[in-house]
Amino acid sequence: MSTLVFLEHHGDELQKGALGILAKASQLGGDVAGVVLGSGVESLAVDAGRFGATTVYVVDDPKLEAPLPQPRVDAIAQLVQEKGIETVLFAQSILSADIAAGLAARLGAGLNWQLVDIAAQDGTVVGKQSALGDSVLVDVGWTTTPRLALFRAGIADPVETGGSATVESFEVGFEEHSLAAEMLEQAHEESSGPSIEDAEIIVAGGRGLGAPEGFGMIEELAKALGGAVAATRAVVDAGWYPYSAQVGQTGKNISPGLYVACGISGAIQHKVGMQNSKVIVAINKDANAPIFEFADLGIVGDVHTIVPKLTELVRARKG
Amino acid sequence: MKIAVCVKQVPDAAATKRIDPGTKRLDRSGEDALNPVDANAVEEALRIRDASGDGEVVLVSLGPEKALDSVRKGLAMGADRALLVSDPEAAGSDLVATSFLLAKALERESADLVLFGQQASDSDGAVLWAAVAERLRLPLISQAAELTLEGGAVTGKRQTEFGYDVIRAPLPAVVAVADSINQPRYPSLKGIMGAKKKQQDVLSLADLGIEAEDAGASGSRTEVLALSDPPPRGETRKLEDDGTGAEKIVEFLAEKRLL
Ligand SMILES: Cc1cc2nc3c(=O)[nH]c(=O)nc-3n(C[C@H](O)[C@H](O)[C@H](O)COP(=O)(O)OP(=O)(O)OC[C@H]3O[C@@H](n4cnc5c(N)ncnc54)[C@H](O)[C@@H]3O)c2cc1C
Ligand SMILES: Nc1ncnc2c1ncn2[C@@H]1O[C@H](COP(=O)(O)O)[C@@H](O)[C@H]1O
Repeated sequence: MSTLVFLEHHGDELQKGALGILAKASQLGGDVAGVVLGSGVESLAVDAGRFGATTVYVVDDPKLEAPLPQPRVDAIAQLVQEKGIETVLFAQSILSADIAAGLAARLGAGLNWQLVDIAAQDGTVVGKQSALGDSVLVDVGWTTTPRLALFRAGIADPVETGGSATVESFEVGFEEHSLAAEMLEQAHEESSGPSIEDAEIIVAGGRGLGAPEGFGMIEELAKALGGAVAATRAVVDAGWYPYSAQVGQTGKNISPGLYVACGISGAIQHKVGMQNSKVIVAINKDANAPIFEFADLGIVGDVHTIVPKLTELVRARKG
Repeated sequence: MKIAVCVKQVPDAAATKRIDPGTKRLDRSGEDALNPVDANAVEEALRIRDASGDGEVVLVSLGPEKALDSVRKGLAMGADRALLVSDPEAAGSDLVATSFLLAKALERESADLVLFGQQASDSDGAVLWAAVAERLRLPLISQAAELTLEGGAVTGKRQTEFGYDVIRAPLPAVVAVADSINQPRYPSLKGIMGAKKKQQDVLSLADLGIEAEDAGASGSRTEVLALSDPPPRGETRKLEDDGTGAEKIVEFLAEKRLL
């Protein structure tokens, strides 16, 4: 069994999610290799050895400078073919998902996603997929090799094995269409404003607030409860609230004592960032919203009437 | 400017989604709808078409024949025509097979821009565009929260784990939009009436020159082996707001010693 893990990096750091997947890879037995793709990334490769990779392939090429998926499909496809790799694992991210799917088409290789676990079983590999809004666990398989697997964000923490990796550089060629897209700008915002990561109480707003002004009442409620304000990607992208307050797959991962979700549907990418909250309360006017599947208390109703009233009641109670 | 928009029929949000233990496929027998975020892709296509003055928006879908009922919503919004790939042999297609079939259909159209929605509500994949872009050998921008077209190129701004990227790709290109990119219009009554008369082609595998072995289960490279229940969740309570919703929350928080 030969397994390869895509080791995504940002700046000069390997991503925690990807290092966590190295631990999952070791469950499959056999060789565990990692691959680092970028420009000037050789020194990053060594780090992966501490988390369970025995070999780390490095493709160092200026064409891999920007974190774009398509040239990475070229690189991994060539590596998989040349080294006869049977299984390629990815930790979910914006970049990794596009690489994995591009690779599926390039290699005609099966891709299973939303995996929460993977195991070797009777000489083959079986993935555990959490599907249909986490209402069912599906054992998924691959009918051919290579097998491609995309793990849900945050399912595995890195495990220090104390090992070290052999670093091997690898050269690749690129397809014309893979180099056509161009990164013009990367506005990588520093988190500013009050930190939502340390708050014990979070009041979060989504598109159900109707307009940016809706965050006024969310801030009032947060103040009354002594908490901080969070938001969904939909409203952050729309400019209603700052990116630093976003919870979810591409935002923050938080686990406060209380999470009050207001006008939030509860999409899986939002859920992965807040499902470890101790108590979840949701207000949503749609009785079928997925958030009600995992809220301890759900109120089917309008945020515009319930939130201001709730703030008043909380204030009255606290005196 | 010709824009193709990939749209999918999914089980309606109100229907309980389940995998049929017999076929191990999603049970598609209940109420259906257009995948909600695909309306954002249709809306964006309509805006681009209307801003460019002339052009055409073609909806492209793979699914059972009844999928046209949902695809028609996009026609009611204002798309010009629809193309559905439908064939009993195509049922159960995974990413490898689906991307292959859609790419074949899209090749016939050779659109300047191929748009996708953010993700299918029944698959939670958010991956199909990358496979289709690879098959079409076109550049890709995914998760676009803003799009601009200029000088034969498309520029998209999108959120990642680290902030925002701005990516430009020459046309023709594949772009997947985020649900924040716009507010989809509601179809007007006139739009709904007019939709029925718009061109709606249903293509079989044979029409596309595709062998049955490249579609459905035989064209797929993944399989469902078994189903099981997820780990039990804590108790959840859902109450209709009868005017005392705020009180109910306060009582609950007090009970949990959170006030
Ligand atoms: C790769 C990827 C990464 C992503 N990363 C993230 C992430 O990090 N964080 C994140 O949040 N999302 C993320 N998303 C997006 C996610 O899938 C959802 O689209 C998003 O979370 C939806 O935000 P929302 O709940 O605010 O909006 P919607 O889904 O539009 O939900 C709004 C809700 O408000 C309710 N509502 C409307 N009016 C009212 C009212 N008056 N009173 C009460 N309720 C009302 C509606 O019933 C609806 O349920 C990601 C998606 C992808 C594909
Ligand atoms: N069967 C299909 N036919 C046409 N378009 C589809 C189909 N399935 C998915 N799509 C498109 O691909 C996007 C992402 O789907 P997914 O990767 O399955 O989450 C959807 O928002 C649609 O735009």
